[in-house]
Amino acid sequence: MKKWMVKGALILGALCSFSAAQALTMDEARGMAVGESDARVEALAQAVSQGDEKTAAYLQALADDVVKIANGQVLVVRDGQGQDPVTGQAVTVPADAEDVMLNNRLRGEIDTALAALKLFSPDVKVRRQAALSLLKEPDASRRPLLDKALASEKDATVQRLVRQARAAAMLGSEALNDRLLAARELADSQQPEILLLLNQQLANEQEPSVKRQIQTSLAAVQDSLRWGERLGTLFTGASLGSILLLVALGLAITYGLMGVINMAHGELMMIGAYATYVVQALFRDHLPGMFDAYLLVAIPVAFITSALVGAVMERTVLQHLYGRPLETLLATWGISLVLMQGVRSLFGAQNVGVENPSWMSGSLQLLPNLQLPWNRVLIIVFAAAVLIGMALLIGKTRLGLFVRGVTQNRPMASCMGVNTARIDTYAFALGSGIAGLAGCALSQVGNVGPDLGQSYIVDSFMVVVLGGVGQLAGTVYAALGLGLANKLLEGWTGAVLAKIAVLVFIIVFIQKRPQGIFAMKGRSAEA
Amino acid sequence: MNTKKFQLPAHAPLLGRKAWTAFLLALIAVGFLAPVLNLLVPVGNPLHLSDFAVSLIGKIMCYAICALAMDLIWGYTGILSLGHGLFFALGGYVMGMYLMRQIGQDGNYKSHLPDFMVFLDWKELPWHWTLSDSFVATLLLVVLVPGFIAFVFGYFAFRSRIKGVYFSIITQAMTYAAMLLFFRNETGFGGNNGFTDFKRILDLPIATPGMRMVLFVLTGLTLLGFFLFSRWLVGSKYGRVLMAIRDAETRVMFSGYSPLPYKLSIWVISAVMCGIAGALYVPQVGIINPGEMSAANSIEMAVWAAVGGRGTLIGPIVGAFLVNGAKSWLTVTAPEFWLYFLGALFIVVTLYLPNGVIGLWSKLRHQKGGAA
Repeated sequence: MKKWMVKGALILGALCSFSAAQALTMDEARGMAVGESDARVEALAQAVSQGDEKTAAYLQALADDVVKIANGQVLVVRDGQGQDPVTGQAVTVPADAEDVMLNNRLRGEIDTALAALKLFSPDVKVRRQAALSLLKEPDASRRPLLDKALASEKDATVQRLVRQARAAAMLGSEALNDRLLAARELADSQQPEILLLLNQQLANEQEPSVKRQIQTSLAAVQDSLRWGERLGTLFTGASLGSILLLVALGLAITYGLMGVINMAHGELMMIGAYATYVVQALFRDHLPGMFDAYLLVAIPVAFITSALVGAVMERTVLQHLYGRPLETLLATWGISLVLMQGVRSLFGAQNVGVENPSWMSGSLQLLPNLQLPWNRVLIIVFAAAVLIGMALLIGKTRLGLFVRGVTQNRPMASCMGVNTARIDTYAFALGSGIAGLAGCALSQVGNVGPDLGQSYIVDSFMVVVLGGVGQLAGTVYAALGLGLANKLLEGWTGAVLAKIAVLVFIIVFIQKRPQGIFAMKGRSAEA
Repeated sequence: MNTKKFQLPAHAPLLGRKAWTAFLLALIAVGFLAPVLNLLVPVGNPLHLSDFAVSLIGKIMCYAICALAMDLIWGYTGILSLGHGLFFALGGYVMGMYLMRQIGQDGNYKSHLPDFMVFLDWKELPWHWTLSDSFVATLLLVVLVPGFIAFVFGYFAFRSRIKGVYFSIITQAMTYAAMLLFFRNETGFGGNNGFTDFKRILDLPIATPGMRMVLFVLTGLTLLGFFLFSRWLVGSKYGRVLMAIRDAETRVMFSGYSPLPYKLSIWVISAVMCGIAGALYVPQVGIINPGEMSAANSIEMAVWAAVGGRGTLIGPIVGAFLVNGAKSWLTVTAPEFWLYFLGALFIVVTLYLPNGVIGLWSKLRHQKGGAA
């Protein structure tokens, strides 16, 4: 804070003594390239305040690490071709030319300086971005530059942003009137960074009238941010809920409909995630041009791999254990250990990196403080799609009819000619496949490692138990409800305590209502 | 097996003559042979019992107590708990707190507070550490803390007739919640690292061969004591009701029994046994951390009982020794195979050995007898 005020005053003084709008000189170029960091930063700030094309090109060259220095002469070397940054003429590169070194501080300064120069770009979008980044990192030394930009700016939104950026830069000014104006101006900036800035100034401010204005502005900014925050919490809750839903949907079939306690469900997810990883690696090695499409292939591959593993599990182990839930629990736990160790032997114990396709990265900016990452948004969509697909499969198809029939009355279904053993295998494979889909989705938001499934198993059982066995609707409500409750509580208590609170709530809830939110009615309730 | 047990006369002897002999031999082995072979026989002698073996067997005997506790609640009453790791850890933590206080000012920071509290810049002990400087209070709390928590949890769960898998899952959720809580620094249980670097117990140095042997003998005696106690418990009328609940709870209710006090009491007894095992475990291994509450540990306890043979009392003890013996051997010689082995064990035991190795053994003996 104090440092940049001093620096700002220094630069302002320097500016007054020089005439404005001077082109880049060799002295300046050298000043930015060599010497003590402080001196270089000063030289940089001074050069930026003039803001001509050559300075911008030179700064870009500095940022790209292509500036060399020889015999006190600075030159830009691109593709082996030397160039004088001041005159723009080609020069030969002397053999003893040394690279110009940048430390992190200088690098940061150059980046913001470049942003400042972008204020004069012909492209409106670039100008808006530049103004926004300057608003977020105010520096008193940029005020003349911002003044200049404001005078030439035609676009209304960019003008408003530049004015706010200028206000942010003025907030620490010595002149009382400047501070007052700045504080007033900042009232309608809807940036979370401005809150911090205003709070800092509030702590330093001596003058009561400015103090009052800062407080009103603070309240205004907070007001405008409140909606973004609320929606943000809602969104993270929905995002967590959609992940829980994906994880629990598979269980809703294997546990909810079939009554099999599958402790290896998490490992089936892990297999789905690793299947995604393998597909991704294959695409990168053999079809790098179509890398972005790998996810479309990975989804069915993840489904089929997990479904096959599930079918094998059902055929070899689980079908001997129907009607013995506790033994099923232990056997599937054993299977989960074997699967986990198997993956560890194949892929190593370390996490593997799954790269997002480019259309999943980035985010959707809705409000100044509300950013929705695309991968989260798409997972919510994906979860909804899987849910609808599953509801249709269970509700409308022949296989679904058989599954429901076997669940409701096994002997009767068998009498009607349904091959119940085969239906069991299909149903279990379906549930496992959906676990694979969940794993594929998880690989896009988190780490993929052999322990991936372990962290979700307790949560997913909670969802199914809370939602009520045998009910898709219950699973949906429970997943979204738990996701939201978790994120809302997190705001007050922190992540871990929120989780504990939710677990305790579920334990108490089950005492009161052991059949879950949505109880099965009729005969099947007793089974 | 089962029919035999139901034909027991009303006042069956606690153990048969053969069994008493075996019991006495075990008593001699633990209380006399082990100390002599470890402390008096010199290191080079083939009869010498190494320190490593003593600490390993001591540890496994703690596990065997857990397996016995698991068997009472699962093998005899039919309730599969996935929360016994919590009770084990609670007992361990109570003992750990006492041992932390015994360090006194010899920690790295030379403070009267445990090191991790100094590290977190705490000025005084949190309230739940109040009684931790007294050994007597610690012994009481080792019993009371797991017992109380089991009582409260069990009362509500059994009252609303939560059964079977539901009960297993919510015990797992309880343990998971507790693990998250203990992982936090601000709860005052040392966070991730838990308690370690113990120096003294009862003002005597803890890392001496003598102290190790004392703890070993104590653990062995506790195990044998619990074995006799369990034997008496399951042979009594109370034990018969437990087994009846396991086999047909509804019929027990129709016969005029309320299952609640039976289930609740055996649940609490089992939890307390686990707590005591934990308290014996911590001074022997020298560390307790929240990892003990992970889901895997509780489920492993179930597999000890299952491998040995549920519904017998010697089975879980044998199972604990077999599984943990295999574990300590495999994790050294072929670490990558240990989880394959454990996983396969779960599957094989549930599919082919419902009565465990004890069941297998008695079946083989019967077949031999039939052939002769």
